[in-house]
Amino acid sequence: MRYKPLLIYLFISSIFLTLVGSIWKIMATLQGLKLTEINFNINFLLALLLSLSLVFIGKKINHLIKIVVLPLIFTFIYIAMNESAPIWYNVGILLISLFFTNRVKNYNLNYLKEDFVSEKIVFDFLSLFAIVFFAFIILFPFYLMFVTSFKLQAALLYNPLDLSIDFTKNISDQFKSYLVIFKTYDFGRYIFTSSIVSIGTVIITLIFAIPAAYAVARLNFFGKTFLSTSILIIYMFPAIVLVIPLYTVFSQLGLRNSIEGLLIVYTATTLPVAIYMLQGYFKSIPKEIEDAGLIDGQNWFGIIAKIIIPLSLPAIASVALYVFMIAWNEFLFSLMFLDNPKSFTLSRAINHLTGDAETPRQYLMAGSVVVTLPILLIFVYFEKYLVSGLTAGSVKG
Amino acid sequence: MNDTLSKIEKRTAYTLLLPAVFLVFAIVLFPIFANIWISFKEVQLKDIRIPEPRAKKIVKSIPEDKTKLKIVYRLRNSSLIEGINNIKFSDNLPRNIEPVNLDSRCEFKSKKIKCDFGNWEAKYRENFEIIIQNINNYVIDKNTIRSQKPKLSGDADNILLTTKFTLKNFKQVFNENEFLDLLLTTFYFTFFGTVGAIIFGMFAAQLVNQKFYGRTFMRSILLFPYVGPVVALAYTWTLLLDPNSGTLNALLVNFGIIDKPINLLGQKYMTLNLLGFDIKLRLALTTVIMFEIWRYFPLAFLFILARLQAVPKDLYEAAEVDGAGPLRKFINITLPQITAILSILFMIRFIWNFNKFEDIFLLTGGASGTRTLPINVYQQGFAVSNIGMGSAVSIVIVMLLIIFMIVYFKLIGKRANEI
Repeated sequence: MRYKPLLIYLFISSIFLTLVGSIWKIMATLQGLKLTEINFNINFLLALLLSLSLVFIGKKINHLIKIVVLPLIFTFIYIAMNESAPIWYNVGILLISLFFTNRVKNYNLNYLKEDFVSEKIVFDFLSLFAIVFFAFIILFPFYLMFVTSFKLQAALLYNPLDLSIDFTKNISDQFKSYLVIFKTYDFGRYIFTSSIVSIGTVIITLIFAIPAAYAVARLNFFGKTFLSTSILIIYMFPAIVLVIPLYTVFSQLGLRNSIEGLLIVYTATTLPVAIYMLQGYFKSIPKEIEDAGLIDGQNWFGIIAKIIIPLSLPAIASVALYVFMIAWNEFLFSLMFLDNPKSFTLSRAINHLTGDAETPRQYLMAGSVVVTLPILLIFVYFEKYLVSGLTAGSVKG
Repeated sequence: MNDTLSKIEKRTAYTLLLPAVFLVFAIVLFPIFANIWISFKEVQLKDIRIPEPRAKKIVKSIPEDKTKLKIVYRLRNSSLIEGINNIKFSDNLPRNIEPVNLDSRCEFKSKKIKCDFGNWEAKYRENFEIIIQNINNYVIDKNTIRSQKPKLSGDADNILLTTKFTLKNFKQVFNENEFLDLLLTTFYFTFFGTVGAIIFGMFAAQLVNQKFYGRTFMRSILLFPYVGPVVALAYTWTLLLDPNSGTLNALLVNFGIIDKPINLLGQKYMTLNLLGFDIKLRLALTTVIMFEIWRYFPLAFLFILARLQAVPKDLYEAAEVDGAGPLRKFINITLPQITAILSILFMIRFIWNFNKFEDIFLLTGGASGTRTLPINVYQQGFAVSNIGMGSAVSIVIVMLLIIFMIVYFKLIGKRANEI
């Protein structure tokens, strides 16, 4: 009998069960449940007992009975050992232990004798836990943002742990923060400005980038290698080193507080990556197709418009979405160039809201939801294109 | 024949490239060089406005005589620092109206008052008065007089275009006691932010490379922190970490893990007792690095996942036949396959984290020991209002960047084109 795999199995699986149980407890607390003890040690012992009995029972009794009975016993002892909690919380504990038992149902003393079994167990539980962990740390801030926008400042200050949404309120009370930011804080205008700026940047960038990328990909000219390496290098220079000269020049030219000014800067800063991404794709288009176009008497404009663009629509979509994302999320230039609320973009408007310490946080979070939701929806809907755009363009970020 | 074709090709190429190259030159390259110029000048934020002569026109009636009006022009130099030379003034009067008493500097000709005010020093102010009357002794309508705006012009130096230079900014940048601290903070932030993001990204990629229920869902949400707007996310995090009413502190206090809330973003140091040693942790900086990792590990994840999916499956099968366990497979197959991408990622992310501004600015504003070089550009330029200093710091950043890039291209420049 080798004890090492058995011990590793017991330790890892119990830790896993206890941690997932604790996460469930934290989530329940955030729904307003008054739970104050994690009880890590006791619950760890409980989980250890469950794992131990599971592995020793092994195949001696029917799987189905084992999967149902053991979690039930576990849950009852758990209820007895922990603070009293409503039934839905305990059902959650039962479900977690059911899931756990089902996961390890095949583990028995014989299985633990196989090669590399301890490594496999560690990897198995680690990846299971990683799924829970990553999902939790990523989604939680978004969840917090969303929930806070539906709550009242006073309720949050009174009990920051209660993140439940009160569904009994009527609709206009429920969406009060959103009504306020649109009515009082003029967010409708900011959404409009942000959309104009983002879509405008996409269109102008494509108009400038497609011909330039075509030239870099296909035509021979003096300084070509120099140009294609400088594209990447220029791209590496951050906005922060451009800010002061652009600020001074834009002030003197009266381009601050204007959408045109933002459009110019956004286009110029996204052009290098757009050219870089597009020329890579253009190179992959067979040259024979263009030659056929040349023989048909097309000039370069015809070739770009009738051959290159239709053939590279997926790449153009990627670039467009990527540029849209950059322009929509951009903050530094909008902070520098806009100080008149009439020309604010969404990001700048939210930043402006925080300038006043009196602004209730639910308005701030409602504004954040308004700026986040469109870009997340676009991302989920066009994920394929945006991911390839990100991969190609994410030298920057 | 061939020669002309290649000429046409060249000309076409230049025409196609010109608009894009011009725009990038004007908005990206020009500012980088302009920084050098500005960094050698003593310029304050308020000096950026070119000084101009201004006049505010006030029309007053004269009670004793309804046919006369008094116009007061409040003249001033808009600049508090610089003088304006050769100031010319002109204002139109309606038909049949003429000035009664005219200043010696002025003349009245074809319905126009023209004055030559000479030079004004900085902060110059004057109330310039004219009394006007109607030739036919009619009552003058005040509004028609008011609606005419006076025109002023003058020659002023644009402080940005003068050739007065100074080394003061650079002396100040390097003499500052805090410069070393600034540099260290920046490197600390950059290094740990980069390494952390890559490690998390590697775990996430390894995870998503397996088959499990909900894998596509997981892959999409893993990118959320990067896709979301930085403003919204940073403020959500400030809310989450708030010492008084933040969820995280409330949770920790509730479960008895800490006694009283910790100001994670506002406290510079925290003493940790590890194995009997007191370790002074830079708390706010660590928190900011955590945010940085949270926001940018998706990028590392994306790159590493793409690479992992390209690793031939038979490598793993062969290893299995040879009796290798999961750990062995990871160390001997996966790691060597992804080292190239890891080093490229490290360099690229290092450069970008080095330049990160928004995240720190929104979370702490550079307070509590989180002031990095990019934050310093903003603070010098716009909070202290010293544009020249801000530019000098920018130059320091550009210099360091150039060094990084040389290293980058020396080490992995050739490989960069493969991805």
